[in-house]
Formats: sequence, structure tokens, C-alpha cells
Amino acid sequence: MTTHRVEAPAGVQGGVSRRDDVRSLRIPILAMVLLAVVAPFVIYPVFLMKMLCFALFACAFNLLIGYVGLLSFGHALFFGAAGYLAGHAAKVWGLPFELAVLTGTATAALLGLVVGGLAIRSQGIYFSMITLALAQMFFFYCLRAQFTGGEDGIQAIPRGKLLGLVSLDNNLTMYFVVLAIFLFGFFFILRVIHSPFGQVMKAVRENEPRAVSLGYKADHYKLITFVLSAGLSGLAGGTKSIVFQLASLTDVHWGTSGEVILMVLLGGLGTVFGPIVGAVVIICVESYLAGLGGWVTVVQGALFVVCVLAFRRGIIGELSRVLHRPL
Amino acid sequence: MLDSARQTAEPLLETHGLTKEFRGFVAVKNVSLTVRPGTIHALIGPNGAGKTTCFNLLTKFLTPSAGTIKFKGQNITSDRPADVARRGVVRSFQISAVFPHLTVLENIRVALQRKRGSSFDFWRSERALKDLEPRANELAEAVGLQDFLHTPAVELPYGRKRALEIATTLALDPELLLLDEPTAGMGHEDVDRIAALIKRVGASRTVLMVEHNLKVVANISHIITVLARGEVLAEGDYAAVSKNKDVMQAYMGTEHA
Ligand SMILES: Nc1ncnc2c1ncn2[C@@H]1O[C@H](COP(=O)(O)OP(=O)(O)OP(=O)(O)O)[C@@H](O)[C@H]1O
Ligand SMILES: [Mg+2]
Repeated sequence: MTTHRVEAPAGVQGGVSRRDDVRSLRIPILAMVLLAVVAPFVIYPVFLMKMLCFALFACAFNLLIGYVGLLSFGHALFFGAAGYLAGHAAKVWGLPFELAVLTGTATAALLGLVVGGLAIRSQGIYFSMITLALAQMFFFYCLRAQFTGGEDGIQAIPRGKLLGLVSLDNNLTMYFVVLAIFLFGFFFILRVIHSPFGQVMKAVRENEPRAVSLGYKADHYKLITFVLSAGLSGLAGGTKSIVFQLASLTDVHWGTSGEVILMVLLGGLGTVFGPIVGAVVIICVESYLAGLGGWVTVVQGALFVVCVLAFRRGIIGELSRVLHRPL
Repeated sequence: MLDSARQTAEPLLETHGLTKEFRGFVAVKNVSLTVRPGTIHALIGPNGAGKTTCFNLLTKFLTPSAGTIKFKGQNITSDRPADVARRGVVRSFQISAVFPHLTVLENIRVALQRKRGSSFDFWRSERALKDLEPRANELAEAVGLQDFLHTPAVELPYGRKRALEIATTLALDPELLLLDEPTAGMGHEDVDRIAALIKRVGASRTVLMVEHNLKVVANISHIITVLARGEVLAEGDYAAVSKNKDVMQAYMGTEHA
């Protein structure tokens, strides 16, 4: 049995106390929530919503790579597919906001089951390559398909009303709905990694043959995590397309898969807050350097190199090491 | 040490003509092994004899090229590794296999968790595992790790990692334990403690172990199978095996001579 082991996640490396139950994270979580509540009164809410959507996407991605050690090169598939489905549901089927987002999420989870089912039998780089190949196939499907609007995407998606009552056209209202969705995803992931299931998930990441020799069917645990990760990526993607009233090819492009990897590595693989910080940094870099055009990619590449060379554990990973506590 | 009751009991594990070939190289050749319930059965032999390969075949980490494996009379030759474990055949590894970034307690607990069935409940809190902790503490104490409960396994010295692995294996309460060099890399005291533990465990279970430390083998095993170049060379109790000419020859020139 050959196994591929991703390097130990930053959050759990040498010297960091392992008693990282949810309680020890109470204060940083509280700080994060407070910050998120105050932020829209200082910063443009639409910009913040973009951050939240990508932060959730990164958290979902981290669930897979940080906790079972599977590196997917094709997560844009779930993010983008959910965007299309949510957009289509809201615009063409006229579904209300929550059902449209749910449609996107469920589609992503279902696609996760298919892609995961096909990829999980392969180990290491082969797993990554299969996810990439399937995501590329899906990209070309979206380019050709009717309902996606090809190069134009689905435009002018109506935001609609929350529960048929509250209009979401107001950006501040929309912001708090997105924040609620983000927090739901965040706490859901926190629960998963601290559940009995999460224990086995970590065991599989740490030493797959040993987990198998204890009688755990490693592939089942990987597949469930894959589906959860895909579904949450879909939740992020579906929300994003409705917030921005646009579902486009960018979101299913491999560049988006790469971006989410960068966010997680930069923030700290296998940490709770790393993906969020990574997403915020990358979105800021993109937006402040937007004037540079194609150079943004170069700056991102440079960031990646610095990150890999200087602090391999990522921003939060290094911080957690310095503070001697899991973050 | 062999009493007649043990000798005549129905075999717990039985292999017939077990063979494993790696691209032309035969690592295990026509091995027919019978492990009877309630025995501590040692598998010894020079380096490269095929002992670990045998373990990998028995636990289905490798697929046999030929031969059959029966456990409690049932053919398990085509089982998958996790299924073999679920039947009650649990192994340890020659290269210590722990979950490095889980604590000692978590390492043992994750094994105890198996008895809950499959742990697919991702929506439930870890508190659901609280009632496993007393048993985890007991197991840690049995292998002398009671003072390291909250230490990540990666920070333990080698000998203690091995002890942890044995505790994890015992946590599953297996009918048949396969231990691959349980005392390798341990200091004197640890060797004695682990040997005593295996003997204690062997009172109520069956143990098949690969062991290089012949003192341990002589002290605790009921029956010994000697493997050399993939083939069974001799079988019997320590007195008989140690006088066997072929065995002496096979060990000649090795560190265990
Ligand atoms: N996957 C493999 N591919 C090719 N050859 C292998 C493989 N695994 C083991 N071998 C070979 O099979 C032979 C038996 O190896 P095995 O590990 O079973 O020996 P062992 O009796 O456990 O030895 P040791 O006492 O050193 O642990 C060795 O010559 C080894 O090189
Ligand atoms: Mg060996």
C-alpha cells in the first residue's frame, strides 16, 4: 500500500499544545465575529462580501487538505457549478434566495460525490491530477452549455428577498446575510473537525495504513470529507453569484482552484483561522493591485514563493507556533 | 510449555501454501502456518526471511500470489485490510506506526472508537467520546504511558512510541494480535515490561509475533516457527528449535548467531 502524506499541517506542528478544543478558540472567534460586525460600517460591504465568500471557500478547501491531507486541484468546479446553479435557480426558475443557494450547494455536494468517488482511489499526485482533469472537463462543458451563457455567464441574477420578506437589494442587509452564511459554514467545519468523525479523519491523515489496520475504511472517511468540502465550497460559490448577480466562467476556471490553494497555504494549512486570513490577504492584494493588470498574477506568484520559503506554516501557522497555542 | 489442550484445539489462523512473489523474487514461499487459540506463537528468522511480508499477507496489506488464509475456519483470503481488522485480527507495524500529531490519549481513543461501529457522525461533539477515556487511561497505564497522556505521539522517544502502538492495538481487544518486533528499539526495562504485558495479554488472547530478541522469545512463547528465505525451516518449542541444525545454520553469520 503506497501512501502519500502531505506534510504535517501547520496548526499541529512541534510544541503547540494539542488540547485545542473549541473552548480555547473562544476569544479569537469572538474577536473575529466582532470585527465582521463592525467592518461594513467602515469598509464597502460588497468588497467585504467577496472576502467572506472566498474565506468560506478557503475554509471548505482546508477541511480537505488540512484534515485528511487530500490536495484537490479542481475545487473551482464546485465553487463555480454552485454559482451557475444558484444563479439559474434564482433567475430562470424564480426561486427565492435561500432555495437558490441551497440548489447550488446541493449540486456541488452531488458533484463532490461523483468527483470524489472517481478520484479517491488514487493516491497523492494522481488524486490531484484526476480532480484537475475533471474540473477542466467541467470548464469546457460550461463554456459550451446553453444555460451557463458561455462567455457571457449568467448576468443580472436577482438577489430577491430573504424568506420572501426582507429585500436583499440593500448591500448592508445582504452583508449580514452573507456573514450569517459564512459563520454557519465556519462553525459547521469546527464541529466536524472536533467530532468523533473528525478524530478518524485526522488519524487517516496522520497514518493511513495504521488507520486501516485498526479497521477504519479510509476511503469512506475521505469521500465523506470530500463531499462536505465540495458542498461548503458550493455554499460559498452559490452565495457569491447571487451577491454579485453574476455567475461566470472565472469561477470554474482552474485559476480559481489555484487561488484557493494559495489562500490556504498563505494563511496556514490545517489551522482554523488560516484560510480566512489567507483569503482576506489575497483579495486585498488583488483589489489594491488591480491597476497592474496581468502583474497581479506575478505578485501572487511572488507571494507564494515568499510564503513557501519564509514561513512554510503560513501566517496563522507561524503565529500559532510563536504563541504556543492552536489558532 | 506446550500443553496438549493447546496442541489439539481447532486452529484460530491457518494458512495453506501461502506464497508471495515480487517481480520474480519469492519473498514468502509455500508457507503453511497454524496458529492455535490461546498460544503465544513466535515467528523468527534472519533479516529478510519474509516475516513482515507474511504479516502483510495475513492482514491483506499485500495480496498473496498463491495460497489461502483461514481465520476461525472462514476463508479470509479475499478480504480487504479493514475487514480483516474487523474480524479481530489486528496488527502492529515493524516501523512504529502511531498518529504523530495526536496525543497519546487521542491515539488510544481513536482505536477504542472503533467499537462504536463506524464513526461517521461528523455532526456530533467530541464529548461523545468522553466515556472512552477511562479505558484509554487504563491502556496507557498498562504500557507505562500514564504520565504522557497529553503528549503528542511525535514527541515520544522511540521505545515509548512502540509501547503506544501496542496499547492502540490492544484497545481493539482483538482475538488475534500480530506484533511485528514489539520490543525493537526499546531499552532493557521497557523490553521487560512489554514482554510481561504480552504474556499477560496472551493469557486471554492469541498472539503471533515477530521478535528478534531471543530472550523474549524463549521466555514467553509457546511455539516458534522459524522462517528462512521465505520458507518454514522448523517449528516447535524453544528447546527443540534452538537445537535444530538447520536453524543454527540459518542464523550463522548473522548478528543473532
Ligand atoms: N514490496 C516489496 N517489493 C519487493 N521486495 C520486497 C517487498 N517487500 C519485501 N521485499 C523483500 O522480501 C524479502 C523479505 O522481506 P521482509 O520484510 O518480509 O523480511 P523480514 O523477515 O521482515 O526481515 P527483517 O527482520 O529485516 O524485518 C526481503 O528480501 C525484501 O527485500
Ligand atoms: Mg520485518
